[in-house]
Amino acid sequence: MLSFEIVKVAMGAVRANLLRSVLTTLGIVIGIAAVITMVALGEGAQQRVQAEINRMGTNVLTIRPGQQFSFGVSRGDAEMSIEDAMALREDTGGLLQVSPEQRTGLQISYLRWNARADVLGVWPEYFNIYDHTLVAGRYFTQSEVGGRQRVAVLGFDVPTNLGETPPEYLIGETIQIRGIGFEVIGILAEKGDASFLRPDGSIFIPQSTAQYRVMGSRNRLNTIYAAAESPEQLDQAYAEIDRILRREHHIGAGEDADFSISNAADLLETFNETRQTFTMLLAGIAGISLLVGGIGIMNIMLVSVTERTREIGIRKALGASRRAIMTQFLVEALFLCVLGGMLGVGAGYGAAEAISRIAEWETAVSPQAVLTALAFSAGVGLFFGMWPARRAAILDPIDALRYE
Amino acid sequence: MSDEIIRTEGLQKEYVLGAETVRAVRGVDLVINRGEFVAVMGPSGSGKSTLMNMIGCLDTPTAGKYWLNGQLVSELSDDSLARVRNRAIGFVFQTFNLLPRATALHNVELPLIYAGVPTKERRRRAEEKLALVGLADRIGHKPPEMSGGQRQRVAIARALVNEPALLLADEPTGNLDSVTSADIMRQLTELNEQGQTIVLVTHEHDIAEFARRQVHLKDGVIERDFLTEPVESAV
Repeated sequence: MLSFEIVKVAMGAVRANLLRSVLTTLGIVIGIAAVITMVALGEGAQQRVQAEINRMGTNVLTIRPGQQFSFGVSRGDAEMSIEDAMALREDTGGLLQVSPEQRTGLQISYLRWNARADVLGVWPEYFNIYDHTLVAGRYFTQSEVGGRQRVAVLGFDVPTNLGETPPEYLIGETIQIRGIGFEVIGILAEKGDASFLRPDGSIFIPQSTAQYRVMGSRNRLNTIYAAAESPEQLDQAYAEIDRILRREHHIGAGEDADFSISNAADLLETFNETRQTFTMLLAGIAGISLLVGGIGIMNIMLVSVTERTREIGIRKALGASRRAIMTQFLVEALFLCVLGGMLGVGAGYGAAEAISRIAEWETAVSPQAVLTALAFSAGVGLFFGMWPARRAAILDPIDALRYE
Repeated sequence: MSDEIIRTEGLQKEYVLGAETVRAVRGVDLVINRGEFVAVMGPSGSGKSTLMNMIGCLDTPTAGKYWLNGQLVSELSDDSLARVRNRAIGFVFQTFNLLPRATALHNVELPLIYAGVPTKERRRRAEEKLALVGLADRIGHKPPEMSGGQRQRVAIARALVNEPALLLADEPTGNLDSVTSADIMRQLTELNEQGQTIVLVTHEHDIAEFARRQVHLKDGVIERDFLTEPVESAV
């Protein structure tokens, strides 16, 4: 009953000085808004990267050539060849599904339509490694790779790029890749456009066909993908690949390898480390802005206590206890801060929305961040309201009543 | 419960002002009984404000004892004194001391809020006291919208709302013209006739004449203490 009345009194004081109250909370508003926006951006980026990494497959190992050094001097870019991929396929005893990838952006055409697409020379295992599914037709086979057949599997978006042709209709049709005719044998299901590898806009052809008929007879590979049966086998797979490639490249066990093996999980770890640093930085900025905001609140509360010395004297003369006066001013500070916190959450949410619309960044305002922000601003209110409230509470009623 | 509302024994108060110690009240023995109307008088510097602050439980004595309504209050803590003020004393000040942004009703309700009286009961009692001082039609007005006399009536209603054992009026007419002053004094006299114990602090003789007893202070001690006949038509 009594505490409810005290809250009403505190609210009344805030309302009586509405403009000043709102201006006072501005520090808190901006601080909280900044935090909410930043966290929303961070969360959005996190979700996007996470989704992308999941799409890339968590049990996929990516093998790339690294620079080769001897005694600290670069011997130029190292190379990986088709033979490396074959060795990995043959010698890991079924532990891995392996596919090389040769990728080039090329002009493609169908009837009167022209488009540019990434053309990928791969093995049939590639579709398994990345869990592709078909909407029409079939994948190419090992024998088609052996025979350097001119067949193509199209990404989901390619038929749209070629005159919005219905996928089923394209099966069996011939499209031109760099002027060479390819029979379309399959269309892949959609993977989503956010994916790092952009499979939806790509065309997949047998690796041998790509090497000998489309891209010139280059033997060099930029990437080999290998997938283990399950994430648990990754360590074993990693060791096997390392062993085989060192053997193929004649690199001793103690020497630096001229290739790198990475996994989506490694990427995730790196990303998370970066994000943690980012979060710490944010927390620091947020802390400083809330500190500044809190000092603003304390300042205005001190002014308020001085201004209302007489009021405090009257209340005390009429029987208000120290606790009642203290509560009144604490509630006022708390209310200001929480009000600021709520306005800040609103502003932050708005800013995050605006950024996601204008810059097309994904953002996500997590309820956790909102709750934390509100709790934090309440804490700031309590902390910085304590001193002014105490000063009000211990005022001598005689002096306070005499105050002009 | 005895008939004594106030009993002080050797009440003293010293202030330290810089290097100097001011002995404002130097041993006051005073008994005031239920139903009395006492005017405490004296020139400035006589210690009457200090005495009044102690009687009003706003201040504690340096030495001596003070019983209010049978309770020894001279050694109570701050918060206990606040409770005593809330329950047993009603204040009327020279400068009214109303909350300027609150309505007359809310001002009168204030002591009841700190006494923890429920909303409806509070409102009923506040309205009753405002009607008693003739302001039934002004309960929604704020102090700046009222005349000095009306403000002091609101203050009287506020002082009465907790049914105090003692009404303490500190120069209640100091800021009012003579006609309004007479009004306010008649109001207080009426209350006293209904049994309200009143202690009035003033330096004006014609105001003091409304009381039935005068206590004159000088240099921190009681100089004279005598009964008077009430004068209805003074001022």
